[in-house]
Amino acid sequence: MEKDNPMTSETTPGDGVQKLHFYQKGTFTVGNRLVSSDERSVQSSIDRSNALTCGHRACQGCGEALGARYAIDTAMEAAGGNLIAVNATGCLEVFTTPYPESAWQLPWLHSLFGNAAAVATGVAAAMRVKGRREVRVVAQGGDGGTTDIGLQCLSGMFERNDDVLYICYDNEGYMNTGVQRSSATPPAARTATTPVLGDEPGNVFGTGKSVPKIAVAHEIPYVATATVADLRDLEAKVKKAMSIHGARYIQIDVPCPLGWGAASHETIHLARLAVETGFYPIFEAEHGRVTSVRKIRHQVPVTEYLKLQKRFAHLFKGDKVDPRVARLQARCDANIAEYGLLDAA
Amino acid sequence: MLKQIEGSRAMAEAIALCRPEIICAYPITPQTHIVEGVGALVRDGTLQNCEFINVESEFAALSVAIGASAAGARAYTATASQGLLFMAEAVYNASGLGLPIVMTLGNRAIGAPINIWNDHSEAMSMRDAGWMQLFAETNQEAVDLHIQAFKLAEEMSMPVMVCVDGFILTHAVERVDIPQQEDVDTYLPPYEPVQVLDPADPISIGAMVGPEAFTEVRFLQHYKQQQALSLIPVLADEFEDLFGRRSGGLLRTYKTEDAELIVVAMGSVCGTIKDTIDELREEGFLIGLVTLISYRPFPVDQLRDALAEAEHIVVVEKSVSVGMGGPLANDIDLALRNMAHPPRLHSAVAGLGGRPITKNSLADLFRQSLVQPWEGTHFLDLNERIVARNIHRSRKVRRSGPIAENLIRQMATEN
Amino acid sequence: MFQVRIHGRGGQGVVTAAELLSVAAFREGRNAQAFPSFGSERTGAPVVAFCRISNKEIRLREPVLEPDCLIVLDATLFRAVDVFQGLKPDGWLLINTNKPLAELHIDPVVQRLPKGHTVIVPATELALKHVKRPVPNAALLGAFAALGGQVHIDAVEAAIREAFAGPVGEANVAAAREAYDAALEQEKILTA
Repeated sequence: MEKDNPMTSETTPGDGVQKLHFYQKGTFTVGNRLVSSDERSVQSSIDRSNALTCGHRACQGCGEALGARYAIDTAMEAAGGNLIAVNATGCLEVFTTPYPESAWQLPWLHSLFGNAAAVATGVAAAMRVKGRREVRVVAQGGDGGTTDIGLQCLSGMFERNDDVLYICYDNEGYMNTGVQRSSATPPAARTATTPVLGDEPGNVFGTGKSVPKIAVAHEIPYVATATVADLRDLEAKVKKAMSIHGARYIQIDVPCPLGWGAASHETIHLARLAVETGFYPIFEAEHGRVTSVRKIRHQVPVTEYLKLQKRFAHLFKGDKVDPRVARLQARCDANIAEYGLLDAA
Repeated sequence: MLKQIEGSRAMAEAIALCRPEIICAYPITPQTHIVEGVGALVRDGTLQNCEFINVESEFAALSVAIGASAAGARAYTATASQGLLFMAEAVYNASGLGLPIVMTLGNRAIGAPINIWNDHSEAMSMRDAGWMQLFAETNQEAVDLHIQAFKLAEEMSMPVMVCVDGFILTHAVERVDIPQQEDVDTYLPPYEPVQVLDPADPISIGAMVGPEAFTEVRFLQHYKQQQALSLIPVLADEFEDLFGRRSGGLLRTYKTEDAELIVVAMGSVCGTIKDTIDELREEGFLIGLVTLISYRPFPVDQLRDALAEAEHIVVVEKSVSVGMGGPLANDIDLALRNMAHPPRLHSAVAGLGGRPITKNSLADLFRQSLVQPWEGTHFLDLNERIVARNIHRSRKVRRSGPIAENLIRQMATEN
Repeated sequence: MFQVRIHGRGGQGVVTAAELLSVAAFREGRNAQAFPSFGSERTGAPVVAFCRISNKEIRLREPVLEPDCLIVLDATLFRAVDVFQGLKPDGWLLINTNKPLAELHIDPVVQRLPKGHTVIVPATELALKHVKRPVPNAALLGAFAALGGQVHIDAVEAAIREAFAGPVGEANVAAAREAYDAALEQEKILTA
């Protein structure tokens, strides 16, 4: 191909010009034009709701904005437009509703940081007593609002099996307040409250929790993890969740360029590596049992994932390999073993 | 219908008559009998078209009510004491969002030291939260105030707390006239929200507001409460017309016309004060009472009218702002502010943590205010001996640690 | 205004007794106010409940400090709490016991009261006989109806039936009626 042909992926990048890719190498993504119309993604449809419309104030490369757009549009399609969203305090709330504007094209309610699940319970109950059973309810929040401050309300919503789909956009920290550690922050990661100082720089090993597992332990009808690297899978999971009544939980890995110290164009790449390394296991569970996992074809060493993020840069300083890289690799291996992510060669 | 009934059960029946659509409950003494009562009425089908939701905390209770109210349902919850503090963040949120939720407080002290008995500390802690706060003197009034509260909340699009003295009213069995359903239906029309979550007309509720408009939002909240000062008496009049008895309003006077001393108080203690007044008047003591029903909005003008002619005001209140004194006395001072010849104000704190407020102690207090007035805050029936010993000892040994435990240790060593 | 203070132990139906008494008075068209001592008491702990009866509206909210009548559901309480505190000189004392009065060691108190104002009833025995449970409250209310004429036994029986439906109610009514007769008999003897 000719070097000056703008339609090739081999265009020489100039300063500040991104390298163009016309297909996503290394994925199983299939372009919409190659599948039949009923298999096409919600996002490709001209009828999509654009529930989270353009003009919001998210950062360039925001994984949460991408995840939310796909998830809510899918939920909107599944509900025939009869959807109400409840939002926890956090980035998603702030960047979508700068006064006096709103990027939401569906009824949307923000109350507090830690009560989205309970507020959603109230909305769903109101719809029932009002006889509007066709109206569905989603609650959404970041990992801080879900795994930390909102966990009590979330657990209550789960155990009562309230008819709410809760979506957690997991960017592994309190990004809205300036990148602090949450219980979803991975070990060794640098945050403002786990600085690269002292004997154990970054986030401490042996801490944190898996809310998807906690959700599974509640034996609710549906739990899934997903990622913005596999948006078709995300859409499928939201669609499935919307086909079920009762408490449902989807946690989406949404890389945060700002908080993770990554280039904004690496969001999808990072999300994919998180899956391919075994760092972020992707699975579905129904009524307390894991029913499917997203297999890994070729396991990628965790260093490839870590090296793209400044939050892990301290692991790669100096000439010696930091032993904690091996611990992170072991964590990935344990995930792979636990969920059976890798078929025996 | 006249019944001899526990206050909590009577309130439960009244709340059910208001046809709430969502009731959220979390147990805390002494409020629990109320939600148990309404819950039973939902279960046995007396209260139709209502969901009773058992939540995992008071924070969730009010959060569920917030969601339900924003989605257009009439929502109710109840709490007390620590429970109100645990839901504090949502308390402010509900009023900021303009949601007409009605909540009963079974007024109870706040720990530590943990105490399940009655005072007004928790209600006072939320006096700035943007809710209207109505205090009931009797269980009859508690019943009637709930019916008025739903109407008030929905007309103002602002939440209302009905404050009922824990145990003293909630657990007292007495004569209460429970209204008829058709009368309540006449008085209280169905809830028609001004703004509602509806897929047919999507709106965003609860967006961030910056410095450019936040003051205006708060001003309008304040303005609305000032407007409620006009509405509350109207609702009480309408109530009287329909139900044939006077309940609610901003305040109530008792023998104040010729009074040289007027007592100001809120809640059930006003009954004991009235009995005390009757006895003191037999001695020739010209004394009267202003029962404050609406604490928020605070009726400055009406209080001024009621109190202006007195020489002395004694405020008896069941709460203390530690480091300041009685918050109600402070607010009454506001009503007397800038008067040419304001009456002398005496502040007394009484009944903390359930200490009985007796006629004898009140009579002594009122007499003392004339002959031996005090500065600052008087603590009624304070055990001065034990307090003095504690102060004396702490002067000698600077001992940190919980006050209650130090006090108990001293009381034990005294015997 | 007639003020009653009821002493007993958690599980004996002290609070219910005060409530039933207030209902009985209410049924006779009087004002009544019953309330417990507001504790977090558990089974077996000393419990107090109050009842006021009046022809006028009852506004007073203080505990009953000077009772016109004391009802004691458990005579072992005399050793544990100051049961007699504030009892009016012309007041009534109604005690659940199967012992003779002399064995209760409360003679100074009894002697202060007018003749016939101290009545003992084996209420627990009567409850076991009729209700098959050691809950003496209904029987004592029956006995109370025999004292001072504050409430009629018919109103007490109606209040019991209102609170306990069916055979349980009837059994309690039977216990109350027997206690009432026993108390009347005792009064006759004592004042004779």
